[in-house]
Amino acid sequence: MSGSNLIEVQSVSFAYDQRPVLKNINLVVPRGKVVSIMGGSGCGKTTLLRLIGGQLKPSSGSVKVDGESVETLSASQLTRLRRKMGMLFQMGALFTDLNVYENIAFQMREHTDLPEAIIYDLVMMKLHAVGLHGAYKLMPSELSGGMARRVALARAIALDPMLIMYDEPFAGLDPISLGVIGILIRKLNDALGATSIVVTHDVQESLKIVDYVYMVSDGVVVAEGTAEEIRSSTLPFVHQFVWGETDGPVAFHYPSESYSDLLLGRTL
Amino acid sequence: MRAIIRIPASIGHYVNDRLWRLGYASRFLFIILIQSGTCLIRPRLVLRETYFIGVQSLIIILVSGMFVGLVLGLQMYDTLERFGSGEGVGTVVALALVRELGPVLSALLFASRAGTAVTAEIGLMKTTEQLSAMEMMAIEPVARVIAPRFWAGIISLPLLTSMFNVMGIFGGYLVGVKLLGVDEGIFWSQMQATVDFREDVLNGIIKSVVFAVAVIMIAVFEGYNSPPTAEGVSAATTRAVVTSSLAILALDFVLTAFMFRGI
Ligand SMILES: Nc1ncnc2c1ncn2[C@@H]1O[C@H](COP(=O)(O)OP(=O)(O)OP(=O)(O)O)[C@@H](O)[C@H]1O
Ligand SMILES: [Mg+2]
Repeated sequence: MSGSNLIEVQSVSFAYDQRPVLKNINLVVPRGKVVSIMGGSGCGKTTLLRLIGGQLKPSSGSVKVDGESVETLSASQLTRLRRKMGMLFQMGALFTDLNVYENIAFQMREHTDLPEAIIYDLVMMKLHAVGLHGAYKLMPSELSGGMARRVALARAIALDPMLIMYDEPFAGLDPISLGVIGILIRKLNDALGATSIVVTHDVQESLKIVDYVYMVSDGVVVAEGTAEEIRSSTLPFVHQFVWGETDGPVAFHYPSESYSDLLLGRTL
Repeated sequence: MRAIIRIPASIGHYVNDRLWRLGYASRFLFIILIQSGTCLIRPRLVLRETYFIGVQSLIIILVSGMFVGLVLGLQMYDTLERFGSGEGVGTVVALALVRELGPVLSALLFASRAGTAVTAEIGLMKTTEQLSAMEMMAIEPVARVIAPRFWAGIISLPLLTSMFNVMGIFGGYLVGVKLLGVDEGIFWSQMQATVDFREDVLNGIIKSVVFAVAVIMIAVFEGYNSPPTAEGVSAATTRAVVTSSLAILALDFVLTAFMFRGI
């Protein structure tokens, strides 16, 4: 075991084509904690998770997971590291040609030689955790958006990973499932001795369960602290975000030339 | 003056783009071959895809084969009768099918039925992040998704072609013998005497294997490289059919030139 931080993102920059998304960002995720990354739509949260998972490579800086720099790993080393990660994708990403049961059994079948009876028990336990053991026969197309997300959550934890990354676990859930999933994320983290990253813009729900919060805006961390610190923060950005005010430092609009110029066609 | 520059420039750009894609596709083929180990260890993966790809195309192949045989029988008998050799209809139908029409038409049907399905499925898996998710589960998508479909295509098309040929010959038999009254014995014995196994049947099978590689390669390549949007997938699907149809016809010319004219 190296160090008390499972993840260290050190001055990482990243750009799609020419457009910078992350600008020299720094953050750490201590082992065993649930850390939330918050920020407006399109600020690069999903991108950050993909950098941690090694699906994207930073243009500068380094991403360390469990002491290893992800961007320098070979394909086989990356595979080995990813076996210890679970990820809930923003859109669920369930395998559409497999039913719920097979979706969750997928990694067990691919990575282990467990007998069918044990796979069955494991799958049912995971499904029970998200309250969907009754739906094991359904195909992904027969699930509602919220159900699909819960199945995806069960799949993300199928192999009891050491690092679980949740991309928008709360989107599209009703208030009851919202609370249940929140508590589940917390419980799973503690029961598995795992470390979790929760990307979300559901401030109130995530503040209830997380240990530490990073607020990202415009490619950098603009605020950080424990849930309590964030709630009581007087920083204008944090205040606006936590209380959902429309007026404040956060721009709702994608960067552009002046709106009146666009309307008048002056840029053409 | 502008046009003088623009036209060659756009041709250059087009050619450059095609060449780049071709290079990229060759590299992709290489990756598929490297990642095919999983298919050897777990043949069930290939079997499952063969079932989907093969069964999907079976009906259209059988029906088309039958009709092509029927029409061919009518047309050939009519022509041959003018020279007084109507009983040769069996030979002509069989040769035309085995050497040319069977491999080419089956490949074209296969491209539009199974090829598009494969492109759309892979494109959709990419759009809905399923391939990304697989990658994050430490499972190589090329090994698990692409390679089994690739091999399934290569297994399916020659089999489908054979069925197309059998149905076609049966169609020719129905028209020639049952409808137009050619002597049954002459029909079959002439066919048997003239159609050579190595020269005709084997070359036809080689053709269909080559077509299979081209069609399924284009299908998985377009799907895997489609932009992850609805328009992207539909454009990729269209492009897959057009490209593979042209590839089939062009390859057929080259293969025929080598096989039957001995150039
Ligand atoms: N594949 C891509 N190619 C080019 N640009 C991209 C790509 N993916 C994302 N972007 C851009 O990068 C920026 C950050 O995207 P990202 O998906 O990380 O945002 P996000 O914080 O997850 O937003 P949301 O909360 O809406 O999911 C966006 O402005 C987006 O337009
Ligand atoms: Mg996102």
